[in-house]
Amino acid sequence: MTHSHNLLEVKDLKTHFFTRRGVVKAVDGVSFHLNRGETLGLVGESGSGKSVTCFSIIRLVEKPAGEIVGGEVLFGGDNLLDLSEKQMDALRGKNISMVLQDPMTSLNPLFTIGFQVSEPYFIHQQLGKKAVRQKVQEMLKNLRIPSPELRVHEYPHQMSGGMRQRIVSAMALACRPQILIADEPTTALDVTIQAQYIRLLKEIQQQSDLAMIIVTHDFGIVAKACDRVAVMYAGKIVESASTMELFDYPTHPYTIALMNSLPKMGAKVKRLYTIEGQPPDLSALPQGCSFAPRCPQAIDICSKEYPPQSIIRDGHTMSCWLFEKGN
Amino acid sequence: MQRYILRRLVHAVICLFAVTIIVFCLTHLSGDPAVLMSSPDASKEDIQEMRETMGVNKPLHVQYGIFLSEILQGRFGTSYKWGKSCIEVWAERFPNTLLLAAAAMAFTLIIGLPVGILCAVKVGTWIDSIGKIFALLGQSLPVFWVGLMLMLLFSVKLGWLPTSGTGTFWHLLMPAFTLGWYFAAAITRLTRSSMLDVLDQDYIKMARVKGVKKYNVVIRHAFKNASIPILTFATMNFVFMLNGTVITETVFNWPGVGKMVVEAISARDFPLVQSTVLIASFFFIFANLTVDILYSYIDPRIRYQ
Amino acid sequence: MTSLVLDKDIDRGTEDRHQSIVRKILIWMRRLPVFPVLILGIFLICGIFGDFLISQDPLRNNLKQVLTPPFWQEGGSTDFLLGTDHLGRDILSRLISGASVSLQVGFVVVIFAGAIGVIFGLIAGYLGGKADTIIMRTCDIVLSMPYMMVAIALVAILGPSKNNLVIILVVLGWAGYARVLRSEVLRVKEGDFVHLAVLAGASKIRVMAVHIFPNIVNTLIIMATLQLGSVIIAEAGLSFLGLGVPPPEPAWGSMCADGRDYMFDSWWISFWPGLAIMLVVLSCNLLGDWLRVRLDPKFRQT
Repeated sequence: MTHSHNLLEVKDLKTHFFTRRGVVKAVDGVSFHLNRGETLGLVGESGSGKSVTCFSIIRLVEKPAGEIVGGEVLFGGDNLLDLSEKQMDALRGKNISMVLQDPMTSLNPLFTIGFQVSEPYFIHQQLGKKAVRQKVQEMLKNLRIPSPELRVHEYPHQMSGGMRQRIVSAMALACRPQILIADEPTTALDVTIQAQYIRLLKEIQQQSDLAMIIVTHDFGIVAKACDRVAVMYAGKIVESASTMELFDYPTHPYTIALMNSLPKMGAKVKRLYTIEGQPPDLSALPQGCSFAPRCPQAIDICSKEYPPQSIIRDGHTMSCWLFEKGN
Repeated sequence: MQRYILRRLVHAVICLFAVTIIVFCLTHLSGDPAVLMSSPDASKEDIQEMRETMGVNKPLHVQYGIFLSEILQGRFGTSYKWGKSCIEVWAERFPNTLLLAAAAMAFTLIIGLPVGILCAVKVGTWIDSIGKIFALLGQSLPVFWVGLMLMLLFSVKLGWLPTSGTGTFWHLLMPAFTLGWYFAAAITRLTRSSMLDVLDQDYIKMARVKGVKKYNVVIRHAFKNASIPILTFATMNFVFMLNGTVITETVFNWPGVGKMVVEAISARDFPLVQSTVLIASFFFIFANLTVDILYSYIDPRIRYQ
Repeated sequence: MTSLVLDKDIDRGTEDRHQSIVRKILIWMRRLPVFPVLILGIFLICGIFGDFLISQDPLRNNLKQVLTPPFWQEGGSTDFLLGTDHLGRDILSRLISGASVSLQVGFVVVIFAGAIGVIFGLIAGYLGGKADTIIMRTCDIVLSMPYMMVAIALVAILGPSKNNLVIILVVLGWAGYARVLRSEVLRVKEGDFVHLAVLAGASKIRVMAVHIFPNIVNTLIIMATLQLGSVIIAEAGLSFLGLGVPPPEPAWGSMCADGRDYMFDSWWISFWPGLAIMLVVLSCNLLGDWLRVRLDPKFRQT
């Protein structure tokens, strides 16, 4: 079934890393789609494959260490995995852009802010220096950076984390991409700045019909920013639904466990709920469902075969033996 | 930044003084410094005169004072073998050594940098393995053996290059290669590891995300960041080379400072040896200082401290 | 972001569990430093038991056998496997004897320079303050003097002999150790176990010797292995110039120098000793690198 109106469609993406210990299946059959103006949240623990999925979409997985071994990434009528490096270079920063997690290391300490933010313009748009300078100022203003005329001559180390994150975002949004991927954009920010930043992103999104993928492990961000959510575990998506649906009716045991771990306001608990066990070793995944060893509701078949995808409701899918046969 | 430079300057001056003290002490290690500093065929009266000039009978700190004041006035003593002031002899030979070191440095950079960058970009592949072998071999071969084997191959067996002397580019080729080989290996290793560190950084990924082509990322972005430690190392390398030409010059009969020192020892012309050690140390300390200052210009983080 | 790639050198692992025997052997050989250990083993044996291995007297001039080529060339003989030099001395025997010189000088210098370096590194790193400043300044000064030139000057003053050579190389060599080990000490002393020991009343010396030292010994071993190579090259260089081990005692460096005048026809005189130096130093470097990967937690896979 093809959703040809989707902006981005990821089908059965597989990315493996080849290490001394064996093959690490970081992304093991991930599928999702993204529409214009929509925000998708990718949620999961560290090591679940969220970041690798993002890097795989824009094909920044470096050989010989890692390789995208299967699947399709459909965007604008092309399968991104089939494009040449030259075509991908033209696409990155212009159609699809990304913001990384740590603003403190995302900017090159030896180049001025002005240089770094103007680079996308020089690469993707054939403009003169003056025009670029103007656009840079505009962009910095858009992201609420004070005194942009002064900022362009300064260096990254002269700025705070929050400001740096906004500058990185300016860089990413410079050429008005259709998709912005944000890898844990608020994790390294102060709590007070986090909300500001998300609000800023949402504003920009509304202005330009931007589609976003936000990788996070924080359900608070999901609630504030995402229209739909996909929960990842050990390289696979275990549940996917609209945000409201997921919060109201979580069905996969892992999703439920995650939500239970969030401290609830007003509830008196002696101990915070934690998920037992450890995240699995991705080079030696157990047979069957990867969550089975930690799942409080696991049944026999869970450790033998991986469950197929079940549709709970329209737009709400999950993979678990407990709900197979569409209960 | 002013404070930083000032601190480095003070440090350099202290080192300079310390070196003069050490060299001064060296001469007194031998028992009778006057004998050491006199010509091998000096008469008893000459030696006595030398004793007077050096103030051997005076307390040590006075002797050092005399020594230091001589140096500050540019009087490094007289070379007996060549019959001129040490500075003159040194100045005659130094340009040759400088030429050799510069050629060797050029060779080092021309080979070392690209190979290092290539290995970093193609890490884990067979290209990287070959680069690592090259680096390892470079640092394991004794300089004189490299020189001798090159001579054997290119002069004796093939007859392409002259074995010794100066004058043309062909004369320079083998000595420069011999001197530069070891450092080329070292620069390759450093460039590779420095580039690897940088290529791993988030800001490089961001550059790729912006759409900068891989080639540009490596040359314009990554190399700039990686070049800081490489620059430091390369400058120090150059000074090492300047001071380390002794063996190369001996093998190829290159008329530079290194060969001069060895000849001076055979001729028991110690004033010349002493002067060369002093001058060489001064170079070194000066180079250190220059590198520190350059560093602060390149890395804006230090500039704005 | 959790990095899933843990090591810069990646082995392309296969999902096939039945790897061929050949492949298994190759992997095993890459894991263990077979080559360097072999070479260094030979070096040690020659160095220690050399006297029992040689067939000819390395010091005896034999003017009838001057400039004999190696046995596989025309004119060579199996009595002198690698040829003879300009005084008719057997190269192979001299090579084996020379090993003991390089070995002695190398080990003694590394041990003494290492010991001094460790002590000063510990004092500077752990005690800090004035001691640190003095020691580090001294290191800076020693390291700012041109190695070769100072060595040569010292030989000029003290006279060429094996003992003097050792002293000179130790004096020039300790500073490198002290510097590196000081920064290791600075890193280690922040550990909780050190704080606990201090709280328990351990004296400064005890803390340094019992708690800190074992944690920097890895770096010390790595440095020593690599320095052994440098020292051998330095000694060879000085001997080549005639300023190292004095003749007629065979030293690899001076053997190369001897052969220089005979390069046109008798290449073997200079070739073999240089090759020996290269193999030994290469092995030191390989072993040092292998140790670094094994012992340094930064490089190890977690």
